[in-house]
Amino acid sequence: MTSGSKANRTLGLVIALGLLCVVGAATAGERFASVDNLLTVLRLASVIGVVSVGMTFVITGGGIDLSVGAIVALSSVWATTLATQSMAEDFHWIVMVGCALLVGAGCGLVNGLLVAYGKIAPFIVTLAMLAGARGLAEIIANRRTQIVRDQGFVEFFGGSVLGVPVLVLVFALVAAGGWVLLNRTTFGRRTLAIGGNPEAARLAGLKVARHTTLLYVLLGLACGIAAVMLMARTTTGTSTHGGLYELDAIAAVVIGGTLLSGGRGTVVGTVLGVLIFTTLTNVFTLNNLDTSTQAVAKGVIIVVAVLLQQRLANRAGESHAR
Amino acid sequence: MPGKAFRLATAAAVASLALTACTSNTPSGPAPGAGGGNAASPNDGPGKKVTIGFSGPAADHGWLAAINNFATAEAKKYSDVTLRVAEGTNDASMQISHIETFINDKVDAIVLLPTDGAALTSVATKAMQAGITVVNVDREFSSSFAARTTILGDNYGMGVSAGTYACQLVKDKKIADPVIAEIAGIDALPLTQDRSRGFADALKGCQQTVDRRVAAQFTVESGEAAAANLLQAAPKLDIVWNHDDDQGVGVKAAFDAAKRAEFSFIGGAGSANAMRWIKAGQMTATVIYPPTQAADGIRLARLLVQQKGLSDLLQVEVPRRIVLNAPVVTSSNVDKYLPLGFES
Repeated sequence: MTSGSKANRTLGLVIALGLLCVVGAATAGERFASVDNLLTVLRLASVIGVVSVGMTFVITGGGIDLSVGAIVALSSVWATTLATQSMAEDFHWIVMVGCALLVGAGCGLVNGLLVAYGKIAPFIVTLAMLAGARGLAEIIANRRTQIVRDQGFVEFFGGSVLGVPVLVLVFALVAAGGWVLLNRTTFGRRTLAIGGNPEAARLAGLKVARHTTLLYVLLGLACGIAAVMLMARTTTGTSTHGGLYELDAIAAVVIGGTLLSGGRGTVVGTVLGVLIFTTLTNVFTLNNLDTSTQAVAKGVIIVVAVLLQQRLANRAGESHAR
Repeated sequence: MPGKAFRLATAAAVASLALTACTSNTPSGPAPGAGGGNAASPNDGPGKKVTIGFSGPAADHGWLAAINNFATAEAKKYSDVTLRVAEGTNDASMQISHIETFINDKVDAIVLLPTDGAALTSVATKAMQAGITVVNVDREFSSSFAARTTILGDNYGMGVSAGTYACQLVKDKKIADPVIAEIAGIDALPLTQDRSRGFADALKGCQQTVDRRVAAQFTVESGEAAAANLLQAAPKLDIVWNHDDDQGVGVKAAFDAAKRAEFSFIGGAGSANAMRWIKAGQMTATVIYPPTQAADGIRLARLLVQQKGLSDLLQVEVPRRIVLNAPVVTSSNVDKYLPLGFES
């Protein structure tokens, strides 16, 4: 039953995305249905996409993280300070990448330890991290926009491999890795078990606290990756990066079909959720529509997508199992 | 065994984080507040001691940070001015309590850039009634009893300047059917609407309209995303006006990534980044929205308390209302404006 309903959930999303593409092609013609535009949409989706894949794990494991945007901001700022950049100049731009990843994972570790061992509700812990990390980013950057001077870095991440932008490749790798991790490994099965019923998981001998901590570290790492991508896209690190990512990521994950209360998760759904939002913005811009209309449409689409998904899943549930 | 490994990994991660303490940003840029180089007047000579309270929004944007920096630097130039700076905030009720503190402390004057003009009007009126000179900066109060003098930038005029310059470009370059695009700031703000209205009105003057309009959020990231989509929407552009040079860093990153430069790129606000690009020929122009308003507000507050007038006016009193011009900076006059460019 589960596999059937899961497929149908995904089908609902594919239909929604397909409809959106039909609307795009009908209203904007070739400007929408071109390789260039496809790559633009994918590039725009890649940064928030990486964060959303990470978020899928935390939510599936029964948690929530409101601090992702702030962690992206802090990582991008920390990795572009003059000190980091001059170290990168002396050695290699990989220093900047390493710094961003470490800062991201470090923030995730703090979140995870406080949630798992401090026994504080994830909502509270990550709300505190949201305020703290962005504040720290502002202090470090002195509220300035820090320009990335290393052209090698910008060219590498801004470039393409066989016509596919590196950023999109990174997103694809993260998504594929996430799918394997969630669906094909013990780690993934444990995540589902702990999210579904942590007490039962504990009685079954799983190290719930340790696993939960790892989930937040994983998401922090994803935020670090997103920070690197954002630094390449905008050629800057600033404390304003990652604004409202928490909402965008949670929306994409939930639309995708991951249960907000944990225990069920889908990386494919999340990726589709992200693509739906990015395509929507793209179609609206191509048609020169204003931002207020976009916001209304976004709200409608969230509801419609979830309704569609539930209908299809229920129908599948009825016809399959019972 | 795995527990130990986990603890080790944790310790290693924490240690390496501590090692990467790359948070230093020491060689900070030159202090702003160099000033426009206007001639000194007898007004600048020391007079009666003046205590001025200054309150503005949180400096979460390059332009707002510049407002604060120019203001504090200007106050330091006068030995007779004591400046009290309230911590910047975006919360109107917090700012009201800052002003109430200034009233209780019996400062001589308050220079106030409100987070929201209407929300701060009543407390400003209270200050005026307590005999404190209030100078309103940038965002206007809803009552004229709330301030002795108002000094503001001209958002509508900024749009007009950009539009007029765009018309000039169309004429000079003899573009037959120009594609004109606009990258606005936060659409919900009245200032964005004023800028867009001014731009559209000026374009009407040469029978042009805005063909493409997108809006960003005054941040680098949103500017990049809006511009990337805009470039897809319009395969060919002739003129792009971007409202804000802070988000302009992202806008330019998108242009550069797409290797698109067939159009004239006009900015807004007048950041040092934009002016450097203009000097290097990577940007056509930018329209200034002066970040020196609060600094001028402090100068005016000092004059008002010392009962002096503006030295270049015959009238002995400081005017009620001063609206600053929104000049266009191009490669021909960028050197004059560079000292006023703010780091974002």
